Amino acid sequence: MKNKVRSATEFLKPLPDPDAISSEYWRAATEGRLLIQECPTCGHRQWYPRALCTECSSDTQWLECSGLGTVNTFTIIRQYGMQPFKQELPYIVAMIELVEGPLVMGNITDCDVETVRIGDPVLVWFLKIEEGIGIPYWSPDA
Amino acid sequence: MDRTPVIVGIGLSDYPKTPHLDGVQHHALAAQRAIADAGIAKSEIDGYVNASSNMMIDDPVTMAEYLRINHRYIDGTMTGGSSFEFHVQHLAAAIKEGLCDTALVTYGSDYLSRMGRSLGTGGFQRPGQRVAGPIQYEVPYGNSLVGAYAMYAMRHMHEYGTTSEQLAEIAVGVREYATLNPNAIYRDPITIDDVINSRMVADPLHKLDCCAITDGGGAFIMTTAERAKDLPNKPIYVLGAAGAQTHWNISQQSDFTTSAGAQSGPEAFARAGLTPADVDMIMFYDSFTITCLILLESLGFVGRGEGGPFIAEGHLRKGGSLPMNTDGGGLSSCHPGMRGMFLILEAVRQLRGDAGEAQVPNCKVALAGGSGGWLSCIGVAILGNEAPG
Ligand SMILES: [Zn+2]
Repeated sequence: MKNKVRSATEFLKPLPDPDAISSEYWRAATEGRLLIQECPTCGHRQWYPRALCTECSSDTQWLECSGLGTVNTFTIIRQYGMQPFKQELPYIVAMIELVEGPLVMGNITDCDVETVRIGDPVLVWFLKIEEGIGIPYWSPDA
Repeated sequence: MDRTPVIVGIGLSDYPKTPHLDGVQHHALAAQRAIADAGIAKSEIDGYVNASSNMMIDDPVTMAEYLRINHRYIDGTMTGGSSFEFHVQHLAAAIKEGLCDTALVTYGSDYLSRMGRSLGTGGFQRPGQRVAGPIQYEVPYGNSLVGAYAMYAMRHMHEYGTTSEQLAEIAVGVREYATLNPNAIYRDPITIDDVINSRMVADPLHKLDCCAITDGGGAFIMTTAERAKDLPNKPIYVLGAAGAQTHWNISQQSDFTTSAGAQSGPEAFARAGLTPADVDMIMFYDSFTITCLILLESLGFVGRGEGGPFIAEGHLRKGGSLPMNTDGGGLSSCHPGMRGMFLILEAVRQLRGDAGEAQVPNCKVALAGGSGGWLSCIGVAILGNEAPG
């Protein structure tokens, strides 16, 4: 399932330096696809992607997610020293529990930060930074 | 020959703010004081351990060279702030096995003088920086160190109804002890209202839920009970020590209501042949108020979800049933970045009966619970002033 992709005009935050495994994850995000890994041997699902299954050590396969999840926990960041985050205060950092299982980290955007609660349904969207790098974000799933 | 591992010397450098000292000088000053306190000759030291804050400057081999330690056992285990509890675990085994006889552990940091108060919310990456490794999955989101711990507090409140007032009680109790420590960075008494009304840094953690940033250093000497017979101090026995890890980076924690202490706590107690009820005082890594609550529950002092009400009853305060952080803790006294060293030193001071006004009466068993990273690596050292049975 493809999710919404927006394009960044200017992105000044720290960025991933993609490696052999993560490059597939960041590239899929530019195409509106959120990837996790699933183990064909034991069925374990994991985020972030790795060179092995953390349960049974087998090779893994990519699994394309629905982009749906709920807020497992979060915080409202009200103080941060580094730009450009400083000018975006206050903002949400959350752990999202994917309907597929694993927890992933992200910001929850497009909402009043004071209204976010644990258990809220959220939907992924992506910010395309450049060729090969898209960043997953989350917004309330009304 | 009795090779039971004991701590025979402790030393603190100067704190809380010492712009005339750099990190290495903190290591050295603390080492001098620990060696003098132990009453050993420096040449006796044949084991050296530290946890580096700065590679090439105070890493184990550089410091072993600087201090000129002729070691036959060296360990640089670095699990963040809990490193020194892991060091006790490793040294206990090494000393029992005879890999070394007398070991020195040192720590030193000039964090406050060099970096200011940037640790909690300053940010670790520059704008536009390309970041490799697992942290690449976190850096675009602007989480802070405080924010990582805040996510534990938020989830714990959601699942168990824990309140900000209950967390604040931790800061108030530790501050009460800090008023007795002339070196503590914050010494004015505070109230629960003071904590709740202090600025919100990362919901639900307020400024006064967060530890101080200071300079400081510490060192201790471990040897055999046999060697300790000829030394001036009453030996403090390592009764049991254990360590465990659930994750390193915060986004890999899968349960924001507990910690690896649920594994290392029971193991340390089993090794000591003790239970939480046998502990007279605790030294917990109070990076944040929530850190203490999670340690209290995960190490088994109370059941899961019972920490908040237990704390509200005042048990952790001076005069309570389980006094905590009697030196004023990281919250109010000394936190140069990796506080685990000071947990050991203060536990030893209590077990020697040298804690003055902060002395816990009849203190026979003390537990140091170190948290490294983001409640990632939990090291537990149970110490006592009577030989294990
Ligand atoms: Zn597997």
